[in-house]
Amino acid sequence: MDLSAIRSRLAGSEGRLYWRSLGELADTQEFREYLHREFPGQASEWNDPKGRRQFLKLMSASLALAGVGACTKQPAEEIIPYVRQPEDMVPGRPLFFASAIPFGGVAQPVLVESHMGHPTKIEGNPQHPASLGATDTLTQAAILDLYDPDRAKTLTHRGEVRSWGAFLTDMQKALSGQKATQGSGLRFLTGSFTSPSLAELMASILRDYPQARWHQYDAIGRDGARMGAQQATGSAAAAVYHFDKAAVVVSLDADFLTCGPGSVRYQKDFASRRRVTDERKEMNRLYAIESTPSLTGAKADHRLVMKASDIEAFSRQLSGALGAAGAAREEGAAPPVASAPDAARFVAAVAKDLQAHRGASLVVAGEYQPASVHVLAHAMNQALGNVGSTVTYGGSIEVSPVDQAASIVDLVKAIDAGQVELLVILGGNPVYSAPADLRFSEKLSKVALAVYHGLHVDETAHQCHWNVADTHPLESWGDARAFDGTVTIIQPLIAPLYEGRSASEVLGVFTSQPDRRGYQVVKDYWARAFSGGAGWTIRDSGGAAFKDADTFWRRAVHDGFIAGTAIADGGPATPFTAAPRVTPATGEAVTETGAALGAVNTLANPTVARRDAGTVPSRPAAPGPGGRATVRAQSQLPRPTGEGNPPAAPSAAAPDAAPQPTQARAEGGLEIIFRPDPTIWDGSFANNGWLQELPKPLTKVTWDTCAWISPGLAAERGLQDGDVVEMKYRGNTARMPVFRVAGHPTESLTVFFGYGRRMAGRVGTAAKDAEPFNAYLLRTSDAPWFGNGLEIFKTGDRYLLATTQEHHLMEGRAPVRVATIDQYRNEPAVVREQVHSFPRTLTMYPDHTYEGHKWGMAIDLTSCTGCSACTIACVAENNIPVVGKDQVAAGREMHWIRVDHYFSGDINHPETYHQPVPCMQCENAPCELVCPVAATAHSSEGLNDMVYNRCVGTRYCSNNCPYKVRRFNFLLYQDWTTPSLEPMRNPDVTVRSRGVMEKCTYCVQRINQARIDAKRDGPAGRRIRDGEVVTACEAVCPSDAIVFGDLNDPESRVSKIKTQERNYGVLEELNTRPRTTYLAALRNPNPELERTAGHATTEH
Amino acid sequence: MASKTAYAPPPVIEPGHTFGTVTEQISAIVLTRRHPYSWFFGLGVGFMLAMVLLMSITWLLIKGTGIWGVNVPVGWGFAIINFVWWIGIGHAGTLISAILLLLKQDWRTSINRFAEAMTLFAVACAGIFPLIHTGRPWLAAYWLIPYPNTMGMWPQFRSPLIWDIFAVSTYLTVSLLFWYVGLVPDLATLRDRAKSIHLRRIYGGLALGWRGSARHWERYESAYLLLAGLSTPLVLSVHTVVSFDFAIGIIPGWHATIFPPYFVAGAVYAGFAMVLTLAIPLRVLYNLQDFLTMRHLENMAKVMLVTGLIVGYGYVMEAFFGWYSSNQYEEFMILNRMTGPYWPFYWALMFCNIFTPQFLWIKRVRTSPVLLFMIAMVVNVGMWLERFVIVVTSLHRDFLPSSWGMYWPTRWDWMTFAGTIGLFVTLFFLFIRVLPMISIFEMRTMVPGAKVKGGKAH
Repeated sequence: MDLSAIRSRLAGSEGRLYWRSLGELADTQEFREYLHREFPGQASEWNDPKGRRQFLKLMSASLALAGVGACTKQPAEEIIPYVRQPEDMVPGRPLFFASAIPFGGVAQPVLVESHMGHPTKIEGNPQHPASLGATDTLTQAAILDLYDPDRAKTLTHRGEVRSWGAFLTDMQKALSGQKATQGSGLRFLTGSFTSPSLAELMASILRDYPQARWHQYDAIGRDGARMGAQQATGSAAAAVYHFDKAAVVVSLDADFLTCGPGSVRYQKDFASRRRVTDERKEMNRLYAIESTPSLTGAKADHRLVMKASDIEAFSRQLSGALGAAGAAREEGAAPPVASAPDAARFVAAVAKDLQAHRGASLVVAGEYQPASVHVLAHAMNQALGNVGSTVTYGGSIEVSPVDQAASIVDLVKAIDAGQVELLVILGGNPVYSAPADLRFSEKLSKVALAVYHGLHVDETAHQCHWNVADTHPLESWGDARAFDGTVTIIQPLIAPLYEGRSASEVLGVFTSQPDRRGYQVVKDYWARAFSGGAGWTIRDSGGAAFKDADTFWRRAVHDGFIAGTAIADGGPATPFTAAPRVTPATGEAVTETGAALGAVNTLANPTVARRDAGTVPSRPAAPGPGGRATVRAQSQLPRPTGEGNPPAAPSAAAPDAAPQPTQARAEGGLEIIFRPDPTIWDGSFANNGWLQELPKPLTKVTWDTCAWISPGLAAERGLQDGDVVEMKYRGNTARMPVFRVAGHPTESLTVFFGYGRRMAGRVGTAAKDAEPFNAYLLRTSDAPWFGNGLEIFKTGDRYLLATTQEHHLMEGRAPVRVATIDQYRNEPAVVREQVHSFPRTLTMYPDHTYEGHKWGMAIDLTSCTGCSACTIACVAENNIPVVGKDQVAAGREMHWIRVDHYFSGDINHPETYHQPVPCMQCENAPCELVCPVAATAHSSEGLNDMVYNRCVGTRYCSNNCPYKVRRFNFLLYQDWTTPSLEPMRNPDVTVRSRGVMEKCTYCVQRINQARIDAKRDGPAGRRIRDGEVVTACEAVCPSDAIVFGDLNDPESRVSKIKTQERNYGVLEELNTRPRTTYLAALRNPNPELERTAGHATTEH
Repeated sequence: MASKTAYAPPPVIEPGHTFGTVTEQISAIVLTRRHPYSWFFGLGVGFMLAMVLLMSITWLLIKGTGIWGVNVPVGWGFAIINFVWWIGIGHAGTLISAILLLLKQDWRTSINRFAEAMTLFAVACAGIFPLIHTGRPWLAAYWLIPYPNTMGMWPQFRSPLIWDIFAVSTYLTVSLLFWYVGLVPDLATLRDRAKSIHLRRIYGGLALGWRGSARHWERYESAYLLLAGLSTPLVLSVHTVVSFDFAIGIIPGWHATIFPPYFVAGAVYAGFAMVLTLAIPLRVLYNLQDFLTMRHLENMAKVMLVTGLIVGYGYVMEAFFGWYSSNQYEEFMILNRMTGPYWPFYWALMFCNIFTPQFLWIKRVRTSPVLLFMIAMVVNVGMWLERFVIVVTSLHRDFLPSSWGMYWPTRWDWMTFAGTIGLFVTLFFLFIRVLPMISIFEMRTMVPGAKVKGGKAH
């Protein structure tokens, strides 16, 4: 072998070259021969008669010797792991890396647990202001998306595998055609994103091809909020709420606790104002005015139900009562709220309460309400002096925000006009999720060349020529901004599992540097930003400048975010600026700002845009590089010019001009409300078994969608849960099984997006009969979230809905104990006395004393919102299998922590409570007594341990568990065969086989890890500190409702919480003495609205 | 009938029989080459169902208990229901053999043999269920049976499931011994009467060298009496222990002190119903009206009536204490049984087990084989329903409403159940073909001649 020849070959190759052997590298004649001969050693001998004889002889001899050989002892072989140990990597110990999972383009900051190079579990990034250690369900489930065996695996062209080079060639060819027309046939379709480096790429492309167009469309878009803030402030802006400063919160159909990119932080802040301690018996008060029942509404102290289209009328009334801008023009003439007769009383009481908390109150408009409601909410906040305290405004974190409804209409029109020659779709799944009236699927087939970049081979992928497999955020470099503007770095945890390319690599193809890898794109961008590019000011968390770019980069990647980039801290709006052009001749960088691109990407005036997006005169939307001075919202909000005179914007929001289809189209029938699915969102998580099996809030339905109707409407139409109805709306038809939900507006019906997928993979693809259960079939571009004129017809078909909870009433048993804050303040024993329990002195036996630790848990039901993040976190941590719909229907779901849901009170105005139920780890455990083989036994630290190896599966423990928290592997639920799922499992937790009982262990593997650490600390070891063991459910909880710790330590958080008077054990009267106890749900009703608040207190 | 004035019990055996005719008639059933077609038919049906059992167990071992309808909250379903049902049926045989022997109820001799066989087969069917109900029976053997092992692990003796193992296996062993010991003289008879050398050898081996000498008889009598004494407490203990499976639990509807006596009475009730179910067709099929007289049927009907009343008392007390405890879970449990989703099962149970047996107060019913057969069948169903109600309705709605659920058996549940009936029928038909279904030598002592000769010889 000629080494120098090899070296030259290596130098000549592009990118990383993989070679199987040195022989291949040298590419010798012998090697080629070796490759082409199937049995290189003997093959020719077989054909040669002389050689064959020899061969047979040898073969028989070797067979004979093989027998002899079997008798000999194999030599011992030593396996040496890691001759050179990688730094920080200790076998058996996980490493944590900061990263982010973008959701709707907005970063969800995370810390990812990695075992020997395999990411296995996602936690929140405790230092990041958007997380503070918590995450939501969708982010928790991202780990399964990474290992999803149905992901798009490689680059294909019309279904055939192609090389990246072939793709590049084809794109270059198409682009060279576009060069002549300045890219007039080039179109991009993406969701909204906040990534500064992607923004730069996009800006560069649009600079190079000035006639090219970039369209944005999110199926679950935030057009209402976007345009509301725009109209209220006069520029592209985003509102950031500060619930930790709000004593009174009014939600106008807003599900801020569980929906939207900021919900994790919002939940944390909201809970912090709601948490009652012995020292502080104060709570915030939440009024929810809403249509479709949401988890935020469930948390509300007062909930007023009305049609979605009536929210605006209510807002107007409330606004008028507050003397705020917006309603003033028609003061006294605000339309009555037809669907809520109680509204007037409500308005008066809420207005009074808000006035009493000026500067410490907050009005939040719903994500799915039109801009007009947002404008009213902003005006009310302004009038109440909340701006600057509970709500701040700042530059938009979204790159070049546009009216997305208009943007996709625009694209379709362009396709119709034959203007689109090359369409690049990055993410999303428009064939499935675009408004039905656009007939996107049809249109897409007219495009000459369509490129799709996505994580799955989905409906859109099947219609595009080129399919580029996306990389998962856990395997690619990137950046994104969190909801508050904090720039968050996405770093890969693992090399791409398949031949995927990240979005920046795909966009890069259309720039002058088509072969940059994602790492270079991100790092180059931030290196330039460090030296003052694009308006960023880079400081460390202490406010000091970094030593050099490298220190900054290492810090940013390590922490996962860049300190001080939050909008409130002076971070700019995400710049939409092209990269400096490197002119080949001089090498000089030429900078062009995004302002020049403004004409291309605008936030069009919504009132006109809806009608004809193509012809609107538009104004530049991308704000210039924002500095500290421009950010604080007070300075941006226009001052009211006079008493009752609205600021400039609301004139556009008057009901006649507002994009409010319902009034114009009031043709009778029912109101249809669209919502994203609570677990699989817009359908992009459809192939995620964890999310599919996560019981949806309030209904506890898994694996399927259903149309929500009120019990009243159900009775009127003779509908039962699971009856399939046909829905006719604006000429479109869909079907869906109905489900009765207490507290749903009677005149409305809610459908959820995300189901009826035709090509989603083995988990998410709908069965034939469930294909019409697709809410997108009904959605039109002019009324994205609600509209009148729905007709429903009972088909007579029944559809099986698998629920994990069939009974939603407490039956007077008070598993959830409820009191008002006033009752509790005056008489703290009110909680304890709700159930008659027996004194502990009744037992003959002395208490067992625990010498070391004694673990326990407390769950605050006042804080818990029922978001179910704990369930998913537990699934990820403890290798809990997905069982499938039929098994859930049979009552065999495996979740170790479930979130129970109870209604109480009036069926039309119910109170809703949530209760996470893990194992109670009873002191007198009924399960331990009846196990014939001692497979469940008490540990020395008080846990009910499960010994899987000893379990024979009598299921007696489950029968005898009064809390029914035990789960049995009735079948082989674990997937033992799919290789891609193997690295996902937590190596610290046994993977259970069939026939074995399992249940919550209080994350005993984490306890043991902490114990090992404590023992190794110092010569004699030490005690495990409080907070050192954090269970998966506790870690993820955005409300900090779950607290775990040592009950033997009187100073531990859990011990202190348990001393509160509202601490109680469920079913204490059975003398099981549960370790997991609950803090009663406290409510803070307004005395003036006591009548509606009275149900709970009388019920129990 | 004839003896209305001076009461004397009607004879156990119809007049006109001698030792020879008794021996001839009973042993001929076994030793003949020809057999009624109905036997082949019955065996065929039973055998097919037994194959269904084999198939369903095989599938269970391959797939796991998920093929059944069990879930959380109802962790026990058909397996435990059928186990308790079969064990209950298995009570009559030993009760008849042992307790009635000790009470010197000589009418028992006509029925004890096949009642004991029935017991054994019922217990065999019952025994299948605890073995397979975990879906991994090999582990049950490994962990549940106490033996000194290197792991230093014993079973957990506080669990009633461990008590079950001892109770049922002891019962099976003693019942088997009792039955076999009682068979020995008859096996000798068959050995003596068999014409084929092979049969003689087989029966001879099984007869353990019985020659009928006075010493043999003397030892036989004492052994039989001792075994009867041993079995008597077992009759009471087995179902008491089985009832502990429920009573030890804290689930409302299980956690009740009334369970042991109520279960034992229920077991006797079910056992006699099954004996009647078998005896009535058999006496017609094999012309045994002379040996299984109306007196037998009537006596068994009376036992059923008495135990049925005890069981009825149990039901009433369960409901009463549900209310009297003023424990909301107990109250709800009984209300849920009566009016919840499984109400048809509860009321069917009441109909079968309380209402129907009241007809047995009427002598005309007690002496009508057809009506008795029908009532016995109804009671068989009723006792199955009782176990269903106890197992399922208690579990499906226990303490926390959030975990309430429903249980419906799957086809594999039904196939397994039907399969054990098939196994039972198969074993029983084989038994009547190869062994005397009525004790020959004991029947001989019932022939009037025996009394005269014996006098007070005992």
